[in-house]
Amino acid sequence: MKLYEYLGKELFARYDIPVPAGRVVESAEQAEEAAAELGEVVIKSQVLTGKRGKAGGIAFASSAGEARTEAERIFKMELGGFKAEKLLVEEKIQIEQEIYLALTVDGTAQKPVVLVSLDGGMDVEDVPEERMIRWPVDVTVGLQGFMVREICRQLGVSGDLQKEFIKLLPRLYRLFREMDAELAEINPLALTPGGLVAADAKVTIDDDALYRHKDLPRIREKTDLELQAEELDLAYVELDGDIAVMANGAGITMATLDMVQHYGGTPANFLDFGGGADVEKTSQSLELLLGTDPRVLLINIFGGITRCDVVAEAFSRVKESKGIDLPVSFRLVGTNEAEGRAILEKAGIKSFTSMEEAVSHAVDLLKQS
Amino acid sequence: MSIYINDQTRVLVQGITGNQGSFHTGQMLKYGTRITGGVSPGKGGQTVEGVPVYNTVFEAVENEPVDASILFIPAPFAKDAALEALAAGIKILVLIPEHIPLHDAADIMAQARINNAVVVGPNTFGLVSSGASKIGIMPNQYFIPGPVGVVSRSGTLCYEIVGHLTENEIGTTTVVGLGGDRVVGLHFIDVLKEFESDPATKTVVLVGEIGGSAEEEAAAFIKSSMTKPVVAYLAGKSAPPGKRMGHAGAIIERGRGTFESKVEALNGAGVKVADLPGEVPALVKEAAGK
Repeated sequence: MKLYEYLGKELFARYDIPVPAGRVVESAEQAEEAAAELGEVVIKSQVLTGKRGKAGGIAFASSAGEARTEAERIFKMELGGFKAEKLLVEEKIQIEQEIYLALTVDGTAQKPVVLVSLDGGMDVEDVPEERMIRWPVDVTVGLQGFMVREICRQLGVSGDLQKEFIKLLPRLYRLFREMDAELAEINPLALTPGGLVAADAKVTIDDDALYRHKDLPRIREKTDLELQAEELDLAYVELDGDIAVMANGAGITMATLDMVQHYGGTPANFLDFGGGADVEKTSQSLELLLGTDPRVLLINIFGGITRCDVVAEAFSRVKESKGIDLPVSFRLVGTNEAEGRAILEKAGIKSFTSMEEAVSHAVDLLKQS
Repeated sequence: MSIYINDQTRVLVQGITGNQGSFHTGQMLKYGTRITGGVSPGKGGQTVEGVPVYNTVFEAVENEPVDASILFIPAPFAKDAALEALAAGIKILVLIPEHIPLHDAADIMAQARINNAVVVGPNTFGLVSSGASKIGIMPNQYFIPGPVGVVSRSGTLCYEIVGHLTENEIGTTTVVGLGGDRVVGLHFIDVLKEFESDPATKTVVLVGEIGGSAEEEAAAFIKSSMTKPVVAYLAGKSAPPGKRMGHAGAIIERGRGTFESKVEALNGAGVKVADLPGEVPALVKEAAGK
């Protein structure tokens, strides 16, 4: 779960990482009041999309009146398909240098890794690889002072700035570990006359660990369908093609989409309803898909932990209760295959055993429709 | 021959009294896996499918030595159970559950490194040495002995491909599921190394997907250190960037981890990449014939 900048900064403040003085506002009037208090300000749209600045979602204002005008404009903007409900109004800070600092998990090393570059402020992908210091941290040891000193040596940093790093890095590491973050990124980390200040905050919390962080608000910038799918605990991604796809397992669902494309069709979605779903959950997945008005429905089941009879039962139930009047291509093999096929036959549905046949049939159905 | 496990491997099932645990204990026994005990705190003294249940892992290993443990434990409690197995000296852990928190996985791997233990998963179907021992949840009938080693990031897709091999009467030595999470124990390279030195494995099939750099790293290893032929299939050719396709790792971020870069790296290492899962057996035959 990605956190809005203001929530990330609230976490930073909790861990004694300096952030600019600021107010979260929900109206242009409140922005005006905040600016009257703070003086010269920066107004930042609280949306999750990157590149807010380039799109005009960030503005400077030197008076309260100007802050109001800019806030009105930003509230009306759509950024990445979403309008901001909140803005962050912050004092304008005096920046001498912009630094990039992040903690994330390196899957290959199986460890947290510190990323630092003195070329901050720009998109991280634009930072040249050789200008980025990477330091993996063994979790049984934690982030020690010597590591920060070595990172500083490699960066060519000494004196007061090194002292600032020695204070700040362990705090960010503690936040990263305790808050179950996938990413804790400060870009830019601003060097000001008063020391280091986090001018931005990009914090992503591990969805699988949210149960340990009940105090965090739940943030959702998703389409209604993606939200429904989330409630059903389905992996669902909307795409813009014509063939609705439902399969069990992320890899085989992806492979099914690839095969749809291979045979000249276009997938309408990615829907992995997981392993071992019961009739109820399978029916709900199916109903969700039918709600998207696809032109053809393609179901690809290779039953391992998932049982073919359960999927077939769910299908025939939905067919009976809601009616399924679009063309369907069904592939069914694996655990309890014979039982599943019998249920489908009763419901008047022919099923394939080969994935290639089922997918190419689905594409044929699309061409006929 | 096989890698990691064989018909002598003694297996413990943690979480044996749960639905999944008891069902798959039965399935593994049917396959021929040598299961010597199970653990379920508070349920010690019972039996499941004739297998004795203990309260703790330490109690289990006091009664019967254990080589490997498979975990059917709800994600929030998986770290505790995995650390218990490592502390009790078990050297192979198979972590079936999905949704184990990322930092818990990092903690488990750190302890496993200290203990020189092998971790398969999390979010994996496990591993099977065909005809000898299955420590996992894959359907029994597709895993017949033969000369091909298979390593995969995803589960059902791996069954699909092994199913095609079986249809063509091509059996497998060992099939290893790495797991779909961002932090997993075994990586392609670890398993490729084992296949390279396993005399029974003649050809290797690698099943990958978009996201991350595991396939590129595997390609570099194949190029520098492998003599056996490798055939690959990759999922996610049609996936749009920035969307997480089910697996935590399956996402194209910042232009990295694309299908094209993986195919290019693998082709550069002499690995043929099948367009469709059904083409894998022909590529395996072709590679073996050389």
